[in-house]
Amino acid sequence: MSPTPIDSRQRGFLDHVVYVLGENPITAIAFALFALIVCVALFGPALAPYDPMESNAARALEPPSADHWFGTDNLGRDVFSRVLVATRLDLMISVAAVALSFVIGAAIGSAAGYWGGWIDAVTGRFVDTIMAFPLFVLAMGIVAAMGNTVENIIYATAIINLPFYARVARAEVRIRRDAGFAQAARLSGNTDLQVLAFHIFPNALPPMMVQISLNMGWAILNAAGLSFIGLGVRPPTAEWGIMVAEGANFVVSGEWWLAFFPGLALMCAVFAFNLLGDGLRDIFDPRQRT
Amino acid sequence: MTPGTQTMFLDVQDLSVTFSTRRGIVNAVRGVTFSLAKGETLGIVGESGSGKSVSSYAVMRILERSGRIAGGQITFDGIDLSSLTNREMRELRGREISMVFQNPRAALNPIRKVGHQIEDVLRRHARATRSTAKAQAIDALKAVRIEDPEKRYNAYPFELSGGMCQRVVIAIALACDPRLLIADEPTTGLDVTTQKVVMELLADLTKSRGMSSILITHDLGLAAEYCDRIVVMKDGQVVEAGDPKALFADPQDPYTRRLIRSTPRPGAQIGDLVEPPVPSPTRPVLGAPLLEVRSLRKVFGHGAEQSVAVDDISFDIREGETLGLVGESGCGKSTTSSMIMRLLDPTSGEILMDGRTMTDVPAAKFARDPRRGSLQMVFQDATDSINPRFTARQAISDPIRRLTDEKPAGRVEELAAQVGLPEALLDRFPHQLSGGQKARVGIARALASRPRLLILDEPTAALDVSIQAIVLNLLAELRADLGVSYLFVSHDLHVVRLLCDRVIVMRKGRVVEEGATESIMRAPTDPYTRSLLDATPIPPAALEPQGIGPERHSQATV
Amino acid sequence: MGPRTKLVLHRTLQAIPALVGVVVVSFILTRMLPGDPAAYFAGPAATEASIAEIRDAMGLNDPLPIQFLNYVRDLLGGDLGNSLSTGQPVVEELARRLPASLELTLTALILSCVIALPLGVAAAVHQGRWIDHACRSLVTAGVSLPTFFTGIVLVYVFYYLLGWAPSPLGRLDFVYLSPPEVTGFYVIDALLIGDVETAMGAVRQLILPASTLALFTLAPLARMARAAMLQALSSDYIRTARAAGLGEGQVVFGYAFQNAMLPVITTLGMVFSFMLGANVLVEKVFSWPGIGSYAVEALVVSDYAAVQGFVLAMAILFVLLNLTIDIIYTLVDPRTREG
Repeated sequence: MSPTPIDSRQRGFLDHVVYVLGENPITAIAFALFALIVCVALFGPALAPYDPMESNAARALEPPSADHWFGTDNLGRDVFSRVLVATRLDLMISVAAVALSFVIGAAIGSAAGYWGGWIDAVTGRFVDTIMAFPLFVLAMGIVAAMGNTVENIIYATAIINLPFYARVARAEVRIRRDAGFAQAARLSGNTDLQVLAFHIFPNALPPMMVQISLNMGWAILNAAGLSFIGLGVRPPTAEWGIMVAEGANFVVSGEWWLAFFPGLALMCAVFAFNLLGDGLRDIFDPRQRT
Repeated sequence: MTPGTQTMFLDVQDLSVTFSTRRGIVNAVRGVTFSLAKGETLGIVGESGSGKSVSSYAVMRILERSGRIAGGQITFDGIDLSSLTNREMRELRGREISMVFQNPRAALNPIRKVGHQIEDVLRRHARATRSTAKAQAIDALKAVRIEDPEKRYNAYPFELSGGMCQRVVIAIALACDPRLLIADEPTTGLDVTTQKVVMELLADLTKSRGMSSILITHDLGLAAEYCDRIVVMKDGQVVEAGDPKALFADPQDPYTRRLIRSTPRPGAQIGDLVEPPVPSPTRPVLGAPLLEVRSLRKVFGHGAEQSVAVDDISFDIREGETLGLVGESGCGKSTTSSMIMRLLDPTSGEILMDGRTMTDVPAAKFARDPRRGSLQMVFQDATDSINPRFTARQAISDPIRRLTDEKPAGRVEELAAQVGLPEALLDRFPHQLSGGQKARVGIARALASRPRLLILDEPTAALDVSIQAIVLNLLAELRADLGVSYLFVSHDLHVVRLLCDRVIVMRKGRVVEEGATESIMRAPTDPYTRSLLDATPIPPAALEPQGIGPERHSQATV
Repeated sequence: MGPRTKLVLHRTLQAIPALVGVVVVSFILTRMLPGDPAAYFAGPAATEASIAEIRDAMGLNDPLPIQFLNYVRDLLGGDLGNSLSTGQPVVEELARRLPASLELTLTALILSCVIALPLGVAAAVHQGRWIDHACRSLVTAGVSLPTFFTGIVLVYVFYYLLGWAPSPLGRLDFVYLSPPEVTGFYVIDALLIGDVETAMGAVRQLILPASTLALFTLAPLARMARAAMLQALSSDYIRTARAAGLGEGQVVFGYAFQNAMLPVITTLGMVFSFMLGANVLVEKVFSWPGIGSYAVEALVVSDYAAVQGFVLAMAILFVLLNLTIDIIYTLVDPRTREG
């Protein structure tokens, strides 16, 4: 393909992105925050000023200071280092879970939306059954039944995310199944699978991207929530949810920084993904702006 | 043209409306002036984006949030509307000036009984009290000739047909006896026979109550039939105004001239529709039967919910022939074309090509059948029918790569030239192309596999008339050059007449009439065909073919 | 039987597959226990023989369909097994703790509806004005707040720093006696016997956890209310109503709001799902003696029967809530009455 079409399209697209970012500076902040989180996840251990596992009883429960920006915990560990190092684990859990449920959800949702019939009925029943549980509670039950490990946290989070992708994929494929361009593709000699894969799916992808971003925040929240109640990650591993849980005991006596900073990090991460989702929605589909 | 502006009932002077959008300020209406006498019906005609609807919303002061009246004066019965407060304006709306909209089903509150919606207006303007409201609402339903009004009073909009909903909207508009009615494309989206009924109703009611009215429409024929005076708008400006007869006989503005010329009308040939007119392309010589449809039937659903979409229809198409398939929405014409196109399997019956059956291969497998390329289709909505992520080139290459042994390079350019699409546009995406250009891409793609039969599924229904004229001419030229057969599916007999040798009229899944186009147009035997013909508004007989003789030699360049 | 009764009945029947799904999944979850359930129930000091005996007694040697039938039979008899740590039947413990959870959840739901709906509507009506921006910021921040974190921050500010709230330990300070149980809701029960002081004590305990939970559910509700209201306000029937001169009040509240409530009612299902999940976290933060903290305590000591009982109870509660939403929707929207 000649480069001209890509150029003209991309210029239009970039203009649009620049426009959306200029219109809503918060989206720009979200992109920046997202970049920061990714950097910290990649280089966190190298950036941490202290060993996140090293306890120092002499300097336990110190409030934030120049030495320890986020203070120290009850074992004298540096909270700042632990928050930095935890980023990778939290992000890894949610990225893995979202990727897993996106792949499976998009596949079964697309098939259900395209072919309908019994495929739709079976997958619909499957998704409805998951949705019949309060999702966080289901995740609790799954982890309790399968065993208290990080992998199982990922599987449980993936399962409770699955309905969202399956539904979005189904709806987006379904509205395009009989669209003129899909019919035209059939007339042009595309088989059903080719129509779905090359014509319909690429057009259904943008709304799913938005869903991925929004779900990512939700997946982080769920994973942290599970470890907050003692599932999955175990002490002394640095992870935001468990750090908040451990720090919670000290809040009533005024040592707020133990729980506050990991909680704040968690909040910022979720916030970034949610804003990113809204921003992507503006970029991909201005009509859906709310 | 303002004989006594003071006495005018509605007077719009130099109206400007702007919208603030992402791309900055858009001037939707620029210095529009028109007026309306008591008891008069004014038609505002224009293609999409001409600002005709926005002008009337400005009169009503119901512009959406981003819109603003930037200048000009609107006087209604001596009152300067822009001087009124919002509260005073609300008093006026519904009581003095009312409005009827297009898409009637959406224009009604979906979860409120239609009777109650009429009562809301009656009680708002103190025309009824709690005790009399119901009786008056039923009277209002009676006035718009709804049968069984007591029962319909309790209906929700979703329980009524489109035409019925439009009557309810009219009942709401007329409930408080306003003196001015603005009808904004009141029949767009309705079938022609329903359109006729709704328009007659509107005309009768406004006449009998001595009301003034404004009809906003894209259909010149409709405006000419029902309006005393016509204003033609283009790009937010009035280009011409006057009596319909005079306007049609001697249009002054080149745009009006083109618009009138593009409107299909009795007597005009396909080449007469473009400005300047061209000789109509020759029709190909008819050959052997190409496609035979035998007792085709399609049933949807099971058991009690079964519905017969196509009920035992048979017909032939010969090589080089163009057959028109005409009918209103739900008559089964789309289902029929989908079955012939092998996108849908018939319940029973046979489709043969060159005497050999095609129904032995199921629709799901037909994409890989060698005959796939010989059957192609041009879709109704060009925008919807091109993959938004494909360039024009990719869209046209797709069938070349999958259905032929040819290389896309070269062939795509050849096709583009055939359909008159500039090569520079080939690398654009659909959203960067105009409606007419997208239609050309759709036609080029359909021709890519060198089909022998092309189904044209209302290929111009979504286009403005001027573009429709160009596309129809293009189709006629292609037919003359390539000798391909067409199955032209349409709801509009006057458009069908321009292109088709023979016509089939369908209703409720069955063929009600079949014959040579001219004889059906001249002397329909079936009452339904006659009502279809009657219902289509016809512009005044102007611009007779002989009247344009001298201009014939000039060439069309579009 | 009127058409409405028929519809309600129809909707009720439609909840049955969901219930069946819930039971099947929870059966699967109980059979998925890590390791050998029999070995687990036999305890650490068990011998091979005693494990085999327990396996037999538990019916684990039966074919799966039989096991499932036995499971369903036990369920219908209200038997969720006994808690390992307390030895009490799980059903009884859940029933005893349920009112505490319901009191918390319902208070939070009312609180968030009372704030979110007017906020969303006001934001849509005044689109682009300060209230709209406030609503959008609140919504985006709200969905990003981890409930347990909000709870801890509120405790720190209102208990530790300001001293306005009582210590975050349970439903009632120890200086008060629990009111005699009628509804199981302390505030109402205390008011029923005229004990205003105890009622106030219960309210003071309730306010922080309920606010925490409400803050979490407020965002999706306000977001949906705003979006639905915007959509309704830009629809054709609103234009018709305006063109007919209807007053702004009737247009906004009579026409737009009623239509906008339909998608909001649908969203309530998702809101409940979030809420019942977040409930667990809030109960842990505030040591609220509901079924959520019961499950968390059970998790810590690997008391699986209790955890699975809790999951099943929550799911059944959720199915019933969804059924209620469906029925309300059916009664509100005439279009659902067609078929």
